[in-house]
This record gives sequence, structure tokens and C-alpha cells, in this order.
Amino acid sequence: MAEIIDILLSTSFWAAVIRIASPLIFATLGELICERAGVLNLGIEGIMVAGAFAGWMTVYSGGGLWTGVAIAMAAGMLFGLLHGTLTVPFSLSQHVVGLGITLLATSATYFAYRLALPEVDTPPRIEAFERSAIPFLSDLPVVGHALFTQTPLTYLAFALVVVVSLVLYRTPLGLALRAAGESPSAVAAQGLSVTGIRMGAVIVGSGLMAVGGAFLTMSAFNSFFFEMVNGRGWICIALVVFGAWMPGKALLGAVLFGIFDGLQIRLQQTELGADVPYQVFLMMPFLLSILALVVMSRRASVPAALMVTFNKGER
Amino acid sequence: MRLETVANPSLARTLGFPLIALAATVVLGSLLAMLAGADPFATLGLIVRGAAGSQFALLETLNRATPLIFTGLAVAVAFRARLWNIGAEAQLYAGAILTVLLGTGALEWPSAALWPVMAGAAMLAGALVLLGPAVLKVRFGVDEVVTTLLFNFVVLLFVSMLLEGPMKDPMGMGWPQSPRLIAEARLPRIVDGLRLHWGFALAIIAALIVWVIEARTTLGYEMRAVGLNRQAAEFAGIPVGRVILKTALLSGGLAALAGFSEVAGLKGNLTLDISPGFGYTGIIVAMLALLNPLGVVVSAIFVAGVFVGADSMSRAAGVPTYIADIMLATALLTMVLAIALTRFRVRWG
Repeated sequence: MAEIIDILLSTSFWAAVIRIASPLIFATLGELICERAGVLNLGIEGIMVAGAFAGWMTVYSGGGLWTGVAIAMAAGMLFGLLHGTLTVPFSLSQHVVGLGITLLATSATYFAYRLALPEVDTPPRIEAFERSAIPFLSDLPVVGHALFTQTPLTYLAFALVVVVSLVLYRTPLGLALRAAGESPSAVAAQGLSVTGIRMGAVIVGSGLMAVGGAFLTMSAFNSFFFEMVNGRGWICIALVVFGAWMPGKALLGAVLFGIFDGLQIRLQQTELGADVPYQVFLMMPFLLSILALVVMSRRASVPAALMVTFNKGER
Repeated sequence: MRLETVANPSLARTLGFPLIALAATVVLGSLLAMLAGADPFATLGLIVRGAAGSQFALLETLNRATPLIFTGLAVAVAFRARLWNIGAEAQLYAGAILTVLLGTGALEWPSAALWPVMAGAAMLAGALVLLGPAVLKVRFGVDEVVTTLLFNFVVLLFVSMLLEGPMKDPMGMGWPQSPRLIAEARLPRIVDGLRLHWGFALAIIAALIVWVIEARTTLGYEMRAVGLNRQAAEFAGIPVGRVILKTALLSGGLAALAGFSEVAGLKGNLTLDISPGFGYTGIIVAMLALLNPLGVVVSAIFVAGVFVGADSMSRAAGVPTYIADIMLATALLTMVLAIALTRFRVRWG
């Protein structure tokens, strides 16, 4: 017990929590936007892989850091365009298309990586985003240094939570997007295009997922390797449910996840870690996600038209 | 644009679109080969020859198809009832664990008694792994897509724990692998001297049994009814929850047989890499077969051929082997689109 308290009081732990949560925040917001418009996007895992590679590759071949983020986002949007086209106007199964996109994006990325670097065993590192302290705020005791000495991408992730909330709840666009996921026929009756809104949501959402992936290579590990996304996309889908499809609560979920994940990594190095196999610790994040789904499912407010296709003129 | 139902699709329509989908996949494969600096026509030739160009290649393809038939059947059965089982990978490993547990000397029985017990125990383990998410779905309404996906990671870590702990082979030079099965537990080859084991025959039998269940039994009828329209099924007095649970048991059991057959037939022991994603590939197999159990056999052999052919081509032409996954993902996406286009007409404006 004393060990856990020691960990919880250390600054480096809280800095790690935020670092673990940041990519999840981007991708969870992306998935949330898709689902709020009525489309389940199971392409998330593969789109994160593609984003991780696109961002890293851009910087590796001499591009700027923000150019890398933009290229990653564009790559994600491209896969989003494909996902949206197949699931929205053509009304194909969102499950099958999503998994297909994950497979396509993952294998295309690995193929491109092998073409670009045929004979590399240790993945090359890049000069990634550096941490920058925010004046005054970073001097706050305990949490100040952890929260406000992060990379620009982390600050962007937290800012995006506010932006997405504002757009969803305070603008006509957000209203139309939420309505497309609750009652698409009402949107059509207003003379708006359900297809257009849903396509837009999937494209933008997929772009954010890719930025989440790019965070891994450009702000955390500083290099690209196979299997690096390792189920984070699926965890984000669980986080959307945990957050009851609301950006603020999803942020809370991502930070909670960061706490548990950060804790299990550190507990592996304590006496407890010597007795318990390390795999048990690694299982915890996945088991907790399942548990969270069970607990939250009872009072979750699922968008009423999630996975309900809309074909104009049909009733 | 709108979609209009085509009442009686013509033969050209039903065959044309799927053929275009296949052609598009092949064209994309050629473009990728060109991108990798290889001659596209030679590459395609190498894939075909590597998959079916010799007796050895053909048997290799059938060997690779065996686990895919099982996982393809598992997915087809579940998807038919709209139970989205993405966890065939976990169920496969659960079956493999039980196979090793019983087959490494715990039961020193003659083969005729040992095989059915091992297979049965493996099926039970796989069924229980899927029963968890299915109960959560029926009882609490938890989406099974996410839970089955997350369980894949949990079970794989569990296997890793076993192979570095209680199930570790003392003679394994420190590698995370299980001891080898005893001779009585191994599935022999179908024809002496040819590298194809009885797991393949078992897979064909499983496909036939699943076909009979789906086409000729009350359970099969109920599974289809639940898949087509849950509300209507409920209204007709079908116990929807119970049908979903039964479907889960069948699906999980089928996926577990893939683990049994790989361990007892092909590998002889359990390692962390006995499945290079057979559970996920089963989804492609099932979708290409339009969820038809007999079609699963054909599509599993096709998918296995693409993998085996691409492996051999990759060695000869230097094109990264991931080309196989890209082509299969493309085949999946273009095929579901093609199937939709045979049934719907696109109307603009």
C-alpha cells in the first residue's frame, strides 16, 4: 500500500499519466464524433497505425513536426473518406467495413514501412516534439510540473476536448451532427443532408484518430515499430461508451485509464511485481475497460440512430 | 444519391459485380508489386505458383486453410445470428491450451479415446470464452464487438503467462513454449508421407455439420430469424437471448477446434505464435463465403492460397509479404460493396 501512495505522490507518475492519456484523447474524440453522427468506426485501430507511420515518416524524411501532424491527419481523413463512402451512402455493414479498414490501413502501413526501410532492425528515431513548460502554471506544487510541462500535442489534445464540446453543444453544426445520430429523418426534414453530415463526421473523426496515432511516434516513443498501437484503438471505443458519448467524461475516462496504466507499469517494478507475473499487470487495462463497459452500460445514453442506416425517401 | 432495391437481379448483375471486385483486387496487387520494383505479371504468377504450383505447395495451402475453415465457420455462425464475434483469436488459444493440458501426458489413453476428449475439452474452453461476452450482451446490453476484441489481448497475455510459468517446457532452452504432445495425442497425416493432417478432414466434417445445423434444424432456423430481425423473432416467440447464447457456444467451440487442430495436427506444441491472426482472418473468410458454411471451405482455401503464395513470392521477388493482407482487405471491402450492388441500384439526385 505504501508503495502505491509513494507512486501517486510522485511528479513523474502524473506526467506519465498525461502522456498515456494524450493519444487516447485524440482518438476517443475522433470516435466520439463518428458515433455521435451515427457511425461506428472500427477502422480506428488501423487508422491510428497509419497516422503513427505517416507522421513519423514525414519527419524522418525531413519534414517539419507540424507538417507531420498534418500529413498524419490527411492520411486518417483519406481512410475516413473510404469508410464513410462505404458505410453512409452505400449503407454497408459498419462492423465489416470498419474491421476491413483496420486490416487495410495496418497492412498498407507495414507494406510502406518495409518499402521505405527494407533492412532496418532497430527503428530509427526522430527529433520529436519537445516538452515546453507553461510559465507560472508549471510552478504549481505537485501537479503543476506534471500537467504543464508536456509537449505541444498534449496541450492540443486538451484544447480539442473544449473545442469539440463547444462545437457539439453550442453550434448549429453540432446540433445537426447530434441529430444525425439520434433522428436522421428529422435532419432530412430540415432540408439538411444526413449523408453529408455523417460523411463529414467520419472524415474529421478519422483524422483525429490518426493524430492520436501520430502522438505515439512524434511525442512518446519517437520511432515507429510494428504492433505499437497494440489495442489502443479498441480501448478508445470502450472509452467512448465509458464517457457516455460526451467529450468531458471521455477525457475523464482517458485520464483514469492513464492512471491505471501508469500504475501497473510502476507496480511491476515493486515487490509485488516480483511475485506476480508481469502479464497480469498488462492484462489490467483491458480487464478494466471491459469492467467499465459493464458498469456504464446500464445508464449509457447510446445515440438512438447509431449503426442505423439512412436512405433518403425510404420509410 | 439513393439506393433502390433491384427486384430480380439478372445473372450479369449477380456475377458481374463480384468479378469486378476480384479484378480490382488483382489490379491493386499488381500495382503494389510494381511499387515495390517487381514485375507485376511475374509477381502474380509467383503467387499462383507458390500456392498451387506443386503438390507440396497445394498441401501447404490446405494445411494453412485448416484453421481458417474453423475460424471462418465460427464467424459465419455468429454473424448469421448478428452476434459480432471478433474474438475467434482468443477462443482459438483457449482450445490450444486445453489441448496441451490434456495431451502432454495427463491422460495416457489410446488415441481413439484421447482425441475426442481433447477436442471436446478444447471446444468447451472456447465456448466458455465467448459465453462471457455473450452473457454480458444479453444480460446487460454490453456491445460484444469491444468485449470480444479486448478479450483477445487478455487471453494472449494469459497464454504468455502460462508459457513462461506453469506450462513452460523444461527442455525448451528457455523459450516460451509448452512441452510436446505425447504420440497418442497427435493427429496423424491423412496419407503417409504427405504433409496434410487429419485436422483438415475434421474441418470439412465440421463445415458439413454446421451446414446441416443451419439448414435443417430448429436451432438453425432460430439463429437465422434472430439475425434477420430480432424484434420479429421475439414476437414470434423465439427465445432470442437463449438462441444468442447457444450461437455463442457453437461459435466459440468451432474457433477452439482451430487451436486443437493446429497443436495436435501441425505443430505438436503451443507457442505464442501458433496463430498469425487466424481469428481475424476468419472474418474475411466468412464474409467472402457470404456466411455459407460450405462456402467457408472454398474461401478458406482461397485465402490460405493468397497467404502461402505471397510468402513464397516474397522470398523470390522481394515484395514485402504484407501485400497478401492488403489484397485480402481489398477483396473484403470490394466484395461487400459488390454484393450490395447486386441487390441495390444507385439512383443519383
